[in-house]
Amino acid sequence: MRGGAAALLLIAATMASGDGRLSGTAFMSPETRAMQADDLANPGMFAVLEGARLWEETAGVSGRSCAGCHGDGAETMKGVAARYPAFDEASNAAVDLTARVNLCRTRHQDADPLPPEDPRLLALTTFIGHQSRGQKIEPDPDPRLQPWRELGARLFRTRMGQLNFSCANCHDDNAGRHLAGNPIPQGHATGYPIYRLEWQSMGSLQRRFRNCLVGVRAEPFAYGSREFIALELFLADRAAGMTIETPAVRP
Amino acid sequence: MTIAASRRRVLALGLAAPLMLLCRRAGATPEAMAAAIEAFTGGGTPAETGITLDIPLLVENGNSVPITVSVESAMTEEDHVEEIAVFNEANPLPDVVRVRLTPRSGLGRFQTRIRLAGSQTIIAVARMSDGSLRRAAVSVIVTAPACRES
Amino acid sequence: MATAMVNIPETAAPGEIVEIKILISHPMETGFRPGMDGKLLPRDIIRSLRCEYDGEIVFTAELHPAIAANPFFVFHLRADRSGEITLVWADEKGNEFRQSGQITVG
Repeated sequence: MRGGAAALLLIAATMASGDGRLSGTAFMSPETRAMQADDLANPGMFAVLEGARLWEETAGVSGRSCAGCHGDGAETMKGVAARYPAFDEASNAAVDLTARVNLCRTRHQDADPLPPEDPRLLALTTFIGHQSRGQKIEPDPDPRLQPWRELGARLFRTRMGQLNFSCANCHDDNAGRHLAGNPIPQGHATGYPIYRLEWQSMGSLQRRFRNCLVGVRAEPFAYGSREFIALELFLADRAAGMTIETPAVRP
Repeated sequence: MTIAASRRRVLALGLAAPLMLLCRRAGATPEAMAAAIEAFTGGGTPAETGITLDIPLLVENGNSVPITVSVESAMTEEDHVEEIAVFNEANPLPDVVRVRLTPRSGLGRFQTRIRLAGSQTIIAVARMSDGSLRRAAVSVIVTAPACRES
Repeated sequence: MATAMVNIPETAAPGEIVEIKILISHPMETGFRPGMDGKLLPRDIIRSLRCEYDGEIVFTAELHPAIAANPFFVFHLRADRSGEITLVWADEKGNEFRQSGQITVG
Protein backbone atom coordinates (compact mmCIF):
# COMPACT_ATOMS: atom_id res chain seq x y z
CA MET A 1 0.00 0.00 0.00
CA ARG A 2 1.50 3.31 -1.05
CA GLY A 3 1.00 6.13 1.34
CA GLY A 4 3.56 7.53 3.68
CA ALA A 5 5.59 10.29 2.15
CA ALA A 6 3.46 10.60 -0.99
CA ALA A 7 0.29 11.13 1.02
CA LEU A 8 2.01 13.68 3.26
CA LEU A 9 3.11 15.69 0.24
CA LEU A 10 -0.41 15.46 -1.11
CA ILE A 11 -1.85 16.88 2.11
CA ALA A 12 0.56 19.80 1.90
CA ALA A 13 -0.36 20.40 -1.73
CA THR A 14 -4.09 20.12 -1.21
CA MET A 15 -4.33 22.49 1.69
CA ALA A 16 -3.88 25.70 -0.26
CA SER A 17 -4.48 26.46 -3.93
CA GLY A 18 -2.64 29.76 -3.65
CA ASP A 19 -5.69 31.94 -4.28
CA GLY A 20 -7.11 31.96 -0.76
CA ARG A 21 -9.11 28.77 -1.27
CA LEU A 22 -8.36 26.14 1.35
CA SER A 23 -9.33 22.50 1.53
CA GLY A 24 -11.20 21.28 4.62
CA THR A 25 -7.90 19.64 5.55
CA ALA A 26 -6.52 23.05 6.49
CA PHE A 27 -9.23 23.50 9.13
CA MET A 28 -8.73 20.14 10.83
CA SER A 29 -6.58 19.29 13.81
CA PRO A 30 -3.06 17.99 13.06
CA GLU A 31 -4.16 14.58 14.38
CA THR A 32 -7.05 14.26 11.92
CA ARG A 33 -4.78 15.49 9.14
CA ALA A 34 -2.27 12.76 10.05
CA MET A 35 -5.07 10.18 9.94
CA GLN A 36 -5.86 11.20 6.36
CA ALA A 37 -2.21 11.40 5.33
CA ASP A 38 -1.46 7.79 6.24
CA ASP A 39 -3.17 5.28 3.96
CA LEU A 40 -2.73 2.69 6.70
CA ALA A 41 -4.50 4.86 9.30
CA ASN A 42 -7.32 6.06 7.01
CA PRO A 43 -10.46 3.87 7.26
CA GLY A 44 -11.56 5.35 3.90
CA MET A 45 -9.01 3.04 2.30
CA PHE A 46 -11.17 0.06 3.27
CA ALA A 47 -13.84 1.50 0.98
CA VAL A 48 -11.25 1.77 -1.81
CA LEU A 49 -10.28 -1.89 -1.29
CA GLU A 50 -13.90 -3.01 -1.20
CA GLY A 51 -14.66 -0.93 -4.30
CA ALA A 52 -11.77 -2.59 -6.15
CA ARG A 53 -13.22 -5.96 -5.22
CA LEU A 54 -16.76 -5.04 -6.30
CA TRP A 55 -15.37 -3.68 -9.57
CA GLU A 56 -14.53 -7.27 -10.54
CA GLU A 57 -17.80 -8.77 -9.32
CA THR A 58 -20.66 -9.44 -11.72
CA ALA A 59 -23.96 -7.75 -10.98
CA GLY A 60 -27.55 -8.29 -12.03
CA VAL A 61 -28.97 -10.52 -14.71
CA SER A 62 -26.30 -9.48 -17.23
CA GLY A 63 -23.45 -11.33 -15.55
CA ARG A 64 -21.31 -8.29 -16.32
CA SER A 65 -18.86 -6.63 -13.95
CA CYS A 66 -17.60 -3.05 -14.09
CA ALA A 67 -14.30 -4.53 -15.26
CA GLY A 68 -16.10 -6.31 -18.08
CA CYS A 69 -16.73 -2.97 -19.79
CA HIS A 70 -14.23 -0.63 -18.13
CA GLY A 71 -11.22 -2.88 -17.74
CA ASP A 72 -8.71 -2.10 -15.01
CA GLY A 73 -10.41 0.64 -12.99
CA ALA A 74 -7.12 1.89 -11.61
CA GLU A 75 -6.23 2.89 -15.16
CA THR A 76 -9.50 3.67 -16.90
CA MET A 77 -11.09 5.63 -14.04
CA LYS A 78 -8.19 8.09 -13.71
CA GLY A 79 -9.58 11.62 -13.86
CA VAL A 80 -13.21 10.52 -14.13
CA ALA A 81 -14.41 11.74 -10.71
CA ALA A 82 -12.69 15.07 -11.39
CA ARG A 83 -15.26 15.81 -14.12
CA TYR A 84 -18.44 15.05 -12.21
CA PRO A 85 -21.30 16.07 -12.03
CA ALA A 86 -21.64 15.58 -15.78
CA PHE A 87 -24.36 15.68 -18.42
CA ASP A 88 -26.05 12.38 -19.19
CA GLU A 89 -27.36 12.21 -22.75
CA ALA A 90 -29.87 9.43 -22.27
CA SER A 91 -31.70 11.07 -19.36
CA ASN A 92 -31.01 14.60 -20.64
CA ALA A 93 -29.97 15.65 -17.16
CA ALA A 94 -27.02 16.34 -14.89
CA VAL A 95 -25.85 13.31 -12.91
CA ASP A 96 -23.29 12.89 -10.15
CA LEU A 97 -20.96 9.91 -9.87
CA THR A 98 -23.35 8.07 -7.54
CA ALA A 99 -26.17 8.39 -10.05
CA ARG A 100 -23.79 7.36 -12.85
CA VAL A 101 -22.86 4.11 -11.05
CA ASN A 102 -26.53 3.27 -10.59
CA LEU A 103 -27.29 4.14 -14.23
CA CYS A 104 -24.55 1.69 -15.28
CA ARG A 105 -26.14 -0.94 -13.07
CA THR A 106 -29.65 -0.49 -14.46
CA ARG A 107 -28.76 0.16 -18.11
CA HIS A 108 -25.78 -2.12 -18.67
CA GLN A 109 -25.82 -4.73 -15.92
CA ASP A 110 -29.57 -5.27 -15.68
CA ALA A 111 -29.19 -4.88 -11.92
CA ASP A 112 -31.21 -2.98 -9.33
CA PRO A 113 -29.86 0.43 -8.39
CA LEU A 114 -28.18 0.51 -4.99
CA PRO A 115 -29.96 2.58 -2.32
CA PRO A 116 -28.49 5.91 -1.14
CA GLU A 117 -25.48 5.50 1.15
CA ASP A 118 -25.40 1.74 0.62
CA PRO A 119 -21.87 0.58 1.61
CA ARG A 120 -21.42 -1.06 -1.81
CA LEU A 121 -22.33 2.14 -3.61
CA LEU A 122 -19.97 4.12 -1.40
CA ALA A 123 -17.22 1.57 -1.98
CA LEU A 124 -17.57 1.92 -5.75
CA THR A 125 -17.71 5.74 -5.75
CA THR A 126 -14.76 5.85 -3.31
CA PHE A 127 -12.76 3.50 -5.51
CA ILE A 128 -13.54 5.59 -8.58
CA GLY A 129 -12.95 8.89 -6.73
CA HIS A 130 -9.64 7.61 -5.40
CA GLN A 131 -8.36 7.16 -8.97
CA SER A 132 -8.54 10.97 -9.25
CA ARG A 133 -6.63 11.59 -6.01
CA GLY A 134 -3.96 14.19 -6.62
CA GLN A 135 -5.68 15.51 -9.73
CA LYS A 136 -7.48 18.81 -10.07
CA ILE A 137 -11.25 19.24 -10.02
CA GLU A 138 -12.24 19.95 -13.63
CA PRO A 139 -16.00 20.59 -13.87
CA ASP A 140 -17.77 19.47 -17.02
CA PRO A 141 -18.15 22.62 -19.21
CA ASP A 142 -21.13 21.19 -21.14
CA PRO A 143 -23.49 24.15 -21.81
CA ARG A 144 -26.49 21.89 -21.21
CA LEU A 145 -25.51 21.89 -17.52
CA GLN A 146 -26.26 25.62 -17.27
CA PRO A 147 -29.69 25.23 -15.58
CA TRP A 148 -28.09 23.13 -12.82
CA ARG A 149 -25.23 25.59 -12.43
CA GLU A 150 -27.70 28.44 -11.97
CA LEU A 151 -29.87 26.47 -9.57
CA GLY A 152 -26.82 25.47 -7.50
CA ALA A 153 -25.51 29.03 -7.33
CA ARG A 154 -28.93 30.28 -6.25
CA LEU A 155 -29.44 27.54 -3.62
CA PHE A 156 -25.99 28.23 -2.14
CA ARG A 157 -27.11 31.78 -1.40
CA THR A 158 -30.67 30.99 -0.26
CA ARG A 159 -31.39 31.27 3.44
CA MET A 160 -33.02 28.09 4.72
CA GLY A 161 -34.41 26.50 7.85
CA GLN A 162 -35.45 27.77 11.24
CA LEU A 163 -31.99 29.26 11.69
CA ASN A 164 -32.38 31.00 8.36
CA PHE A 165 -28.81 30.51 7.16
CA SER A 166 -27.59 30.02 3.62
CA CYS A 167 -24.50 27.94 2.76
CA ALA A 168 -22.77 31.23 1.93
CA ASN A 169 -23.48 32.68 5.40
CA CYS A 170 -21.19 30.08 6.98
CA HIS A 171 -18.86 28.91 4.25
CA ASP A 172 -18.23 32.21 2.45
CA ASP A 173 -18.83 34.87 5.12
CA ASN A 174 -17.57 33.02 8.23
CA ALA A 175 -15.09 30.39 7.06
CA GLY A 176 -12.21 30.19 9.50
CA ARG A 177 -14.33 31.34 12.41
CA HIS A 178 -15.93 28.92 14.86
CA LEU A 179 -19.40 27.44 15.27
CA ALA A 180 -20.13 25.62 18.54
CA GLY A 181 -16.41 25.21 19.20
CA ASN A 182 -15.39 23.93 15.80
CA PRO A 183 -13.80 25.71 12.83
CA ILE A 184 -16.06 26.46 9.84
CA PRO A 185 -14.33 25.26 6.65
CA GLN A 186 -14.77 26.92 3.25
CA GLY A 187 -16.93 24.05 2.05
CA HIS A 188 -14.90 22.75 -0.90
CA ALA A 189 -15.86 19.14 -1.59
CA THR A 190 -12.40 17.88 -2.47
CA GLY A 191 -12.36 14.51 -0.73
CA TYR A 192 -15.70 12.79 -1.19
CA PRO A 193 -16.81 10.18 -0.30
CA ILE A 194 -15.31 10.90 3.11
CA TYR A 195 -14.75 8.99 6.34
CA ARG A 196 -16.44 11.34 8.75
CA LEU A 197 -15.44 10.83 12.40
CA GLU A 198 -18.95 11.97 13.39
CA TRP A 199 -20.51 9.16 11.32
CA GLN A 200 -17.81 6.59 12.14
CA SER A 201 -18.31 5.49 8.55
CA MET A 202 -18.09 6.56 4.91
CA GLY A 203 -20.60 8.95 3.44
CA SER A 204 -21.34 10.93 0.30
CA LEU A 205 -21.40 14.67 -0.27
CA GLN A 206 -25.21 14.48 -0.24
CA ARG A 207 -25.14 12.94 3.23
CA ARG A 208 -22.97 15.84 4.32
CA PHE A 209 -25.39 18.34 2.75
CA ARG A 210 -28.20 16.75 4.72
CA ASN A 211 -26.20 17.25 7.94
CA CYS A 212 -25.85 20.95 7.12
CA LEU A 213 -29.55 21.26 6.35
CA VAL A 214 -30.42 19.57 9.63
CA GLY A 215 -27.90 21.91 11.21
CA VAL A 216 -29.89 24.95 10.11
CA ARG A 217 -33.13 23.12 10.98
CA ALA A 218 -34.29 22.86 7.39
CA GLU A 219 -36.08 19.95 5.74
CA PRO A 220 -33.23 18.20 3.88
CA PHE A 221 -33.59 17.66 0.12
CA ALA A 222 -34.04 14.04 -0.90
CA TYR A 223 -31.10 11.89 -1.92
CA GLY A 224 -30.60 12.15 -5.67
CA SER A 225 -32.69 15.31 -5.93
CA ARG A 226 -32.15 17.92 -8.62
CA GLU A 227 -31.28 20.39 -5.84
CA PHE A 228 -28.44 18.21 -4.57
CA ILE A 229 -27.01 17.57 -8.03
CA ALA A 230 -27.16 21.32 -8.69
CA LEU A 231 -25.36 22.08 -5.41
CA GLU A 232 -22.71 19.46 -6.16
CA LEU A 233 -22.09 21.06 -9.55
CA PHE A 234 -21.92 24.54 -8.03
CA LEU A 235 -19.40 23.32 -5.46
CA ALA A 236 -17.35 21.68 -8.21
CA ASP A 237 -17.24 25.00 -10.07
CA ARG A 238 -16.34 26.80 -6.84
CA ALA A 239 -13.52 24.34 -6.19
CA ALA A 240 -12.33 24.10 -9.79
CA GLY A 241 -8.58 23.54 -9.88
CA MET A 242 -8.36 22.33 -6.28
CA THR A 243 -6.79 18.95 -5.64
CA ILE A 244 -8.87 15.81 -5.05
CA GLU A 245 -8.17 13.95 -1.80
CA THR A 246 -10.58 11.02 -1.95
CA PRO A 247 -11.00 9.35 0.49
CA ALA A 248 -10.67 12.30 2.89
CA VAL A 249 -11.09 12.11 6.68
CA ARG A 250 -13.21 14.84 8.23
CA PRO A 251 -14.43 15.54 11.79
CA MET B 1 -27.68 45.12 16.46
CA THR B 2 -28.55 44.12 20.08
CA ILE B 3 -31.38 41.92 18.83
CA ALA B 4 -29.06 40.11 16.38
CA ALA B 5 -26.47 39.52 19.14
CA SER B 6 -28.97 37.99 21.60
CA ARG B 7 -30.50 35.84 18.84
CA ARG B 8 -27.02 34.47 18.10
CA ARG B 9 -26.53 33.64 21.78
CA VAL B 10 -29.85 31.76 21.88
CA LEU B 11 -28.90 29.86 18.74
CA ALA B 12 -25.50 28.93 20.22
CA LEU B 13 -27.19 27.53 23.35
CA GLY B 14 -29.66 25.65 21.17
CA LEU B 15 -26.82 23.90 19.40
CA ALA B 16 -24.84 23.23 22.59
CA ALA B 17 -27.68 21.67 24.60
CA PRO B 18 -27.88 18.31 22.75
CA LEU B 19 -24.10 17.95 23.09
CA MET B 20 -24.34 18.26 26.87
CA LEU B 21 -27.05 15.59 27.09
CA LEU B 22 -24.74 13.09 25.41
CA CYS B 23 -22.09 13.61 28.10
CA ARG B 24 -24.15 12.27 30.99
CA ARG B 25 -24.43 8.49 31.10
CA ALA B 26 -25.22 6.17 33.99
CA GLY B 27 -22.18 4.22 35.25
CA ALA B 28 -19.55 6.75 34.25
CA THR B 29 -17.96 8.47 37.24
CA PRO B 30 -14.56 9.49 38.57
CA GLU B 31 -15.24 7.04 41.44
CA ALA B 32 -15.70 4.12 39.03
CA MET B 33 -12.43 5.07 37.36
CA ALA B 34 -10.64 5.27 40.71
CA ALA B 35 -11.96 1.82 41.63
CA ALA B 36 -10.79 0.38 38.31
CA ILE B 37 -7.34 1.91 38.78
CA GLU B 38 -7.17 0.55 42.35
CA ALA B 39 -8.01 -2.93 41.06
CA PHE B 40 -5.20 -2.64 38.48
CA THR B 41 -2.54 -1.28 40.83
CA GLY B 42 -3.49 -3.47 43.78
CA GLY B 43 -3.44 -0.35 45.92
CA GLY B 44 0.14 0.68 45.11
CA THR B 45 1.09 4.33 44.60
CA PRO B 46 2.25 5.09 41.07
CA ALA B 47 5.11 7.49 40.36
CA GLU B 48 4.17 10.46 38.19
CA THR B 49 7.32 10.30 36.06
CA GLY B 50 8.74 8.06 33.38
CA ILE B 51 5.46 7.87 31.46
CA THR B 52 3.75 10.19 29.01
CA LEU B 53 0.20 10.15 27.69
CA ASP B 54 0.03 12.03 24.39
CA ILE B 55 -3.53 13.10 23.59
CA PRO B 56 -4.85 16.28 21.96
CA LEU B 57 -6.01 18.71 24.67
CA LEU B 58 -8.80 19.96 22.43
CA VAL B 59 -10.50 16.98 20.78
CA GLU B 60 -12.16 17.62 17.44
CA ASN B 61 -14.50 14.65 17.66
CA GLY B 62 -14.91 12.32 20.61
CA ASN B 63 -15.59 9.39 18.28
CA SER B 64 -11.92 9.05 17.37
CA VAL B 65 -9.15 10.43 19.58
CA PRO B 66 -5.54 9.37 18.87
CA ILE B 67 -3.43 8.57 21.93
CA THR B 68 0.15 7.43 22.45
CA VAL B 69 1.35 6.07 25.76
CA SER B 70 5.15 6.02 26.13
CA VAL B 71 6.98 4.54 29.10
CA GLU B 72 10.70 5.17 29.50
CA SER B 73 12.31 1.77 29.61
CA ALA B 74 15.27 -0.09 28.11
CA MET B 75 12.87 -3.02 27.65
CA THR B 76 15.37 -5.62 28.84
CA GLU B 77 14.57 -8.97 30.44
CA GLU B 78 15.43 -7.44 33.82
CA ASP B 79 13.64 -4.13 33.37
CA HIS B 80 10.66 -3.68 31.09
CA VAL B 81 7.05 -2.52 30.98
CA GLU B 82 4.69 -5.42 31.62
CA GLU B 83 1.32 -3.84 31.24
CA ILE B 84 -0.19 -0.46 30.41
CA ALA B 85 -3.84 0.28 31.21
CA VAL B 86 -5.79 3.34 30.10
CA PHE B 87 -8.81 4.57 32.09
CA ASN B 88 -11.45 7.27 31.66
CA GLU B 89 -14.01 8.90 33.95
CA ALA B 90 -17.01 9.86 31.80
CA ASN B 91 -17.60 7.03 29.32
CA PRO B 92 -20.08 4.27 30.28
CA LEU B 93 -17.16 2.01 31.26
CA PRO B 94 -13.92 3.05 33.02
CA ASP B 95 -11.61 0.78 30.98
CA VAL B 96 -10.33 1.86 27.59
CA VAL B 97 -7.58 -0.63 26.73
CA ARG B 98 -5.02 -2.91 28.42
CA VAL B 99 -1.78 -3.62 26.61
CA ARG B 100 0.82 -6.23 27.60
CA LEU B 101 4.34 -5.71 26.29
CA THR B 102 7.42 -7.92 26.49
CA PRO B 103 11.19 -7.32 26.43
CA ARG B 104 10.98 -8.15 22.70
CA SER B 105 8.73 -5.11 22.21
CA GLY B 106 11.85 -2.97 22.10
CA LEU B 107 9.93 0.17 23.10
CA GLY B 108 7.54 0.69 26.02
CA ARG B 109 5.06 2.44 23.80
CA PHE B 110 1.84 1.97 21.84
CA GLN B 111 -0.56 4.13 19.87
CA THR B 112 -4.29 3.75 19.28
CA ARG B 113 -7.52 5.73 18.77
CA ILE B 114 -10.17 5.91 21.49
CA ARG B 115 -13.69 7.22 22.07
CA LEU B 116 -14.43 9.93 24.62
CA ALA B 117 -18.02 10.74 25.56
CA GLY B 118 -17.34 14.32 26.54
CA SER B 119 -14.66 16.36 28.25
CA GLN B 120 -12.90 14.34 30.97
CA THR B 121 -9.64 13.15 32.47
CA ILE B 122 -7.84 10.18 30.94
CA ILE B 123 -5.32 8.23 33.01
CA ALA B 124 -2.64 5.80 31.82
CA VAL B 125 -1.03 3.48 34.39
CA ALA B 126 1.98 1.29 33.68
CA ARG B 127 3.19 -1.68 35.71
CA MET B 128 6.92 -2.43 35.39
CA SER B 129 8.55 -5.86 35.62
CA ASP B 130 9.76 -5.05 39.14
CA GLY B 131 6.21 -4.33 40.26
CA SER B 132 6.61 -0.55 40.37
CA LEU B 133 3.88 1.65 38.92
CA ARG B 134 3.81 4.84 36.86
CA ARG B 135 0.89 7.11 36.07
CA ALA B 136 0.07 9.96 33.67
CA ALA B 137 -3.19 11.93 33.67
CA VAL B 138 -4.45 14.42 31.08
CA SER B 139 -7.68 16.43 31.09
CA VAL B 140 -9.13 17.01 27.64
CA ILE B 141 -11.94 19.10 26.21
CA VAL B 142 -14.09 17.24 23.74
CA THR B 143 -16.02 19.15 21.09
CA ALA B 144 -18.43 17.93 18.44
CA PRO B 145 -19.23 19.36 15.02
CA ALA B 146 -22.20 21.67 14.72
CA CYS B 147 -23.82 20.02 11.69
CA ARG B 148 -24.76 16.40 12.35
CA GLU B 149 -27.28 13.71 11.39
CA SER B 150 -30.03 14.91 13.72
CA MET C 1 -15.40 -10.41 8.10
CA ALA C 2 -13.00 -8.14 9.94
CA THR C 3 -10.54 -7.28 7.16
CA ALA C 4 -7.44 -5.41 8.17
CA MET C 5 -4.60 -3.43 6.66
CA VAL C 6 -1.32 -4.40 8.24
CA ASN C 7 2.20 -3.05 7.89
CA ILE C 8 4.84 -5.64 8.75
CA PRO C 9 8.34 -4.75 7.58
CA GLU C 10 9.95 -7.27 5.22
CA THR C 11 13.54 -6.71 6.30
CA ALA C 12 15.40 -5.42 9.34
CA ALA C 13 18.94 -5.22 10.68
CA PRO C 14 19.66 -7.43 13.71
CA GLY C 15 18.46 -5.68 16.86
CA GLU C 16 16.59 -3.00 14.90
CA ILE C 17 13.36 -1.81 16.48
CA VAL C 18 10.64 -1.99 13.85
CA GLU C 19 7.12 -0.58 13.81
CA ILE C 20 4.02 -2.75 13.35
CA LYS C 21 0.84 -1.00 12.29
CA ILE C 22 -2.67 -2.45 12.00
CA LEU C 23 -6.04 -0.96 11.04
CA ILE C 24 -8.99 -3.32 11.47
CA SER C 25 -12.26 -2.75 9.62
CA HIS C 26 -14.87 -3.07 12.38
CA PRO C 27 -17.69 -0.83 13.69
CA MET C 28 -16.89 -1.50 17.38
CA GLU C 29 -20.56 -1.25 18.31
CA THR C 30 -20.49 -0.30 21.99
CA GLY C 31 -23.84 -1.65 23.10
CA PHE C 32 -24.74 1.81 24.41
CA ARG C 33 -25.93 3.30 21.15
CA PRO C 34 -29.65 3.36 20.25
CA GLY C 35 -30.66 2.36 16.72
CA MET C 36 -33.27 4.05 14.55
CA ASP C 37 -36.04 2.34 16.51
CA GLY C 38 -34.74 3.63 19.83
CA LYS C 39 -33.58 0.21 21.02
CA LEU C 40 -29.94 -0.31 21.97
CA LEU C 41 -27.85 -1.86 19.20
CA PRO C 42 -26.21 -5.03 20.50
CA ARG C 43 -22.54 -4.84 21.50
CA ASP C 44 -20.18 -6.15 18.84
CA ILE C 45 -16.54 -5.38 19.36
CA ILE C 46 -13.09 -6.71 18.57
CA ARG C 47 -12.05 -7.83 22.01
CA SER C 48 -8.42 -8.85 21.63
CA LEU C 49 -5.38 -8.32 19.46
CA ARG C 50 -2.02 -10.04 19.73
CA CYS C 51 1.21 -10.22 17.80
CA GLU C 52 3.26 -13.39 17.55
CA TYR C 53 6.87 -13.25 16.41
CA ASP C 54 8.26 -16.61 15.38
CA GLY C 55 5.65 -18.31 17.57
CA GLU C 56 6.20 -16.13 20.65
CA ILE C 57 3.61 -13.58 21.83
CA VAL C 58 5.25 -10.14 21.88
CA PHE C 59 2.22 -7.86 22.19
CA THR C 60 -1.32 -8.29 23.53
CA ALA C 61 -4.15 -5.79 23.74
CA GLU C 62 -7.49 -6.17 25.48
CA LEU C 63 -9.93 -3.83 23.72
CA HIS C 64 -12.97 -2.25 25.35
CA PRO C 65 -15.90 -0.41 23.66
CA ALA C 66 -13.96 2.82 24.18
CA ILE C 67 -11.61 1.86 21.35
CA ALA C 68 -12.70 3.86 18.30
CA ALA C 69 -14.42 2.26 15.31
CA ASN C 70 -11.92 0.68 12.92
CA PRO C 71 -9.40 -0.15 15.67
CA PHE C 72 -5.93 1.21 14.97
CA PHE C 73 -2.75 0.13 16.78
CA VAL C 74 0.92 0.94 16.38
CA PHE C 75 3.54 -0.89 18.44
CA HIS C 76 7.12 -2.10 18.11
CA LEU C 77 9.32 -5.20 17.98
CA ARG C 78 13.02 -5.73 18.36
CA ALA C 79 13.90 -7.69 15.21
CA ASP C 80 16.37 -10.37 16.24
CA ARG C 81 15.66 -13.26 13.89
CA SER C 82 14.02 -14.01 10.58
CA GLY C 83 10.60 -15.53 10.87
CA GLU C 84 6.89 -15.04 10.66
CA ILE C 85 5.13 -12.14 12.33
CA THR C 86 1.43 -12.83 12.81
CA LEU C 87 -1.33 -10.51 13.94
CA VAL C 88 -4.35 -12.27 15.49
CA TRP C 89 -7.54 -10.48 16.49
CA ALA C 90 -10.87 -11.78 17.78
CA ASP C 91 -14.38 -10.53 18.47
CA GLU C 92 -16.71 -11.66 21.28
CA LYS C 93 -18.64 -14.11 19.10
CA GLY C 94 -15.82 -16.61 18.71
CA ASN C 95 -14.51 -15.29 15.40
CA GLU C 96 -10.75 -15.07 15.05
CA PHE C 97 -8.83 -13.43 12.22
CA ARG C 98 -5.16 -13.44 11.33
CA GLN C 99 -2.69 -11.91 8.97
CA SER C 100 1.01 -12.71 8.67
CA GLY C 101 4.17 -11.38 7.11
CA GLN C 102 7.71 -12.69 6.83
CA ILE C 103 10.58 -10.65 8.20
CA THR C 104 14.15 -11.30 7.12
CA VAL C 105 16.70 -10.15 9.68
CA GLY C 106 20.39 -9.79 8.88
